[in-house]
Amino acid sequence: VTILQAVIDGILTGGVYALMAAGLTLTFGVMQVINVAQGVLVVTGAYLSYELATRFSIDPFLGLLVTVPALFLLGLLIEFVLIRRLRQLSVFNFVVMAILATYAVSVITEGVLDMIFGSGEVEIQAPYVDKSFVWLGMHLPEIYVYGFLLAAGLLAALSLMLYRTRFGRCVRAAEQNRVSARLVGIPVQRVSTIVFGIGVAVTAAGGMVFGATNAFNGDSGADLISRLLTIVILGGLGSMGGALAGAVVLLVVENVVAVVWSPLWAPLVFSVVLIGVLLARPNGLLGKATAQ
Amino acid sequence: MRRRRIRITAVATCVLLALSQAACGGSSGGTSSGSILVGADLSLSGDFATEGVPYARGYDMWTSYVNSHGGLLGRQVQMDILSDASNQPEVTTNYQDLISVKHAQLLFGPVSTLFTVPAAREALRFGYALVEGAGGGPVVFSSGLTNVFDTGLPIAGTVVPFAKYLASLPASVRPKSAAYVTENDPFDEPETDGAEPVMAAAGIKTVYSNSFPQEVADYSPIADAVAATHAQVVILGAGDLSVLSPFIHAWIQDGYNPEALYTANGATPPQFLPAIGGATNGNGVVTSGSWFPQYDNAISKAFVSTYLKKYGGSENNIDPSVAEGYSVGEVMQAAVEATHSLTQSKIIAWLHAGHAIQTVLGPVSFNKLGENTSASAFLFQWQQGQYLAVQPAQAGVSGIQFPKPNWGSS
Repeated sequence: VTILQAVIDGILTGGVYALMAAGLTLTFGVMQVINVAQGVLVVTGAYLSYELATRFSIDPFLGLLVTVPALFLLGLLIEFVLIRRLRQLSVFNFVVMAILATYAVSVITEGVLDMIFGSGEVEIQAPYVDKSFVWLGMHLPEIYVYGFLLAAGLLAALSLMLYRTRFGRCVRAAEQNRVSARLVGIPVQRVSTIVFGIGVAVTAAGGMVFGATNAFNGDSGADLISRLLTIVILGGLGSMGGALAGAVVLLVVENVVAVVWSPLWAPLVFSVVLIGVLLARPNGLLGKATAQ
Repeated sequence: MRRRRIRITAVATCVLLALSQAACGGSSGGTSSGSILVGADLSLSGDFATEGVPYARGYDMWTSYVNSHGGLLGRQVQMDILSDASNQPEVTTNYQDLISVKHAQLLFGPVSTLFTVPAAREALRFGYALVEGAGGGPVVFSSGLTNVFDTGLPIAGTVVPFAKYLASLPASVRPKSAAYVTENDPFDEPETDGAEPVMAAAGIKTVYSNSFPQEVADYSPIADAVAATHAQVVILGAGDLSVLSPFIHAWIQDGYNPEALYTANGATPPQFLPAIGGATNGNGVVTSGSWFPQYDNAISKAFVSTYLKKYGGSENNIDPSVAEGYSVGEVMQAAVEATHSLTQSKIIAWLHAGHAIQTVLGPVSFNKLGENTSASAFLFQWQQGQYLAVQPAQAGVSGIQFPKPNWGSS
């Protein structure tokens, strides 16, 4: 039962991590922007949900109606102020400078969060945070179940948007070849801006669940980003399904090793799995061969 | 030829004068007003900021206090705190900067055992004393550092008094099983070491014992594994609240309530109760430390009063790290005033001599290793939303509550 519980914990928690990593993989896939501010943006989403819950008693899931649009606007702002201006550089320089620019966003945002909220750790409270469903003798935390369902729903919606809508076709065209897409009349710049906004908006949902399951402060994003990058590399840069697959593999492997062997060995064993996957599939579990 | 030689001599003289001028500026501590520059490195962002930021407040409070009481040796004190952003290599760079560039005359330490060792090494290279309050791990005192002085409680075995309490319970109520789970770092492991032998000798069987790395993606499987053992006692070496909180949430979700729960860190006010869902979830949780706001000590009472005047709030919202930081200043002040000097060798010799210094944390005195041999060691337990010192016995406090109430109940 303990091993099965560890597997289920890994799947549920993996959903939450996939939610946090989805924006990262989306912005890379379409824009070749490795947004290293993703971790601190997750924490920003967590703080927004925390404020709504503590000041206005708004349920964290309901609060997403406010926090998702708020972070969408923040994403548009970051793209407009910083990322867009780097487009005149060569592709290589753009990728490098975008990393530096988003790192600057990360440092500035972290400083602002520290100034506003201080260094003390907080956690989002809701009536279901400490409750669980009992199934086959196992306890499934309600917050993780709801978080996983939210992740599955949002990732499915993003996939539908990408593969079943006109806007999605534009996004995929821009992802495959920006110049050709522009030549056939796709407003590539506008598409990129909206995609970046969506990528940041999704982190509001991930941040909410992260903040309801972990004590956090402005600096918690620094710990998250390395894990999120690992997830999108394992899953395949640019792949929504890959984000989910990568997150679930990371969490399940680490959880099972922690229970069967020792928590101390979990990161090492996962690293071996990661190297093995990348040797067999250099583009990640579900990454496309065209991914850069 | 002669004119050229004169010109060269004149230029060389000017250069020498300029250099000597710069050197003179340096020896005055880099301050133009004759004040004493105190340099410190703290983690004002990153993982250790939860401790570094209140420490900075403690350093600043001491600076305000000493300046409002005539200064140090009649000179005002200027505090210069550099942030290492919780990044170990930055610690060394910052102390090099403080010593070589800013010419700080006194040095205060960083937070964390992890950072204290490189800080003290760098200070030692220049012959400086390093007084600190948050580097109490055994590695600090076993590294051959002759210049480090830790005002805090040496952390090795701080759990032992609680283990002894459990072992001393009558056999009919004494727990039968215990789980030991600890974060793998130089601070938390020593803190929880020593509990197992004491409890095992009293017949409390070890049913789980494991370490886990820092920054685990998901603590649930470890917490679930502990819950599955139904251990009656849990000794948890949590590094901070971000580690402690997921364990508590997982145990509440699992419906598992140990009869006794000790945590190395993370259970201090003011963040603990709000993070874990309120006072009723905190009831019975035990931790250890060297200070609490109700500490019956005249200096501590004055400190609390000053703090509340300056920052507002209630005394239960004072982070103990502020008091620890303040004590660093008090110890350095005592050494400087006793030796009437800023000479580092004299300060080090005086501190090593074992003089008793009265501080906000109570009496402080150091052995040859720099450990505080007079440190007050308290066991704290959350009871009805109050952070109470339950051992040694305090007036008006009924002692350790055992067994711990169930989660969500009083």
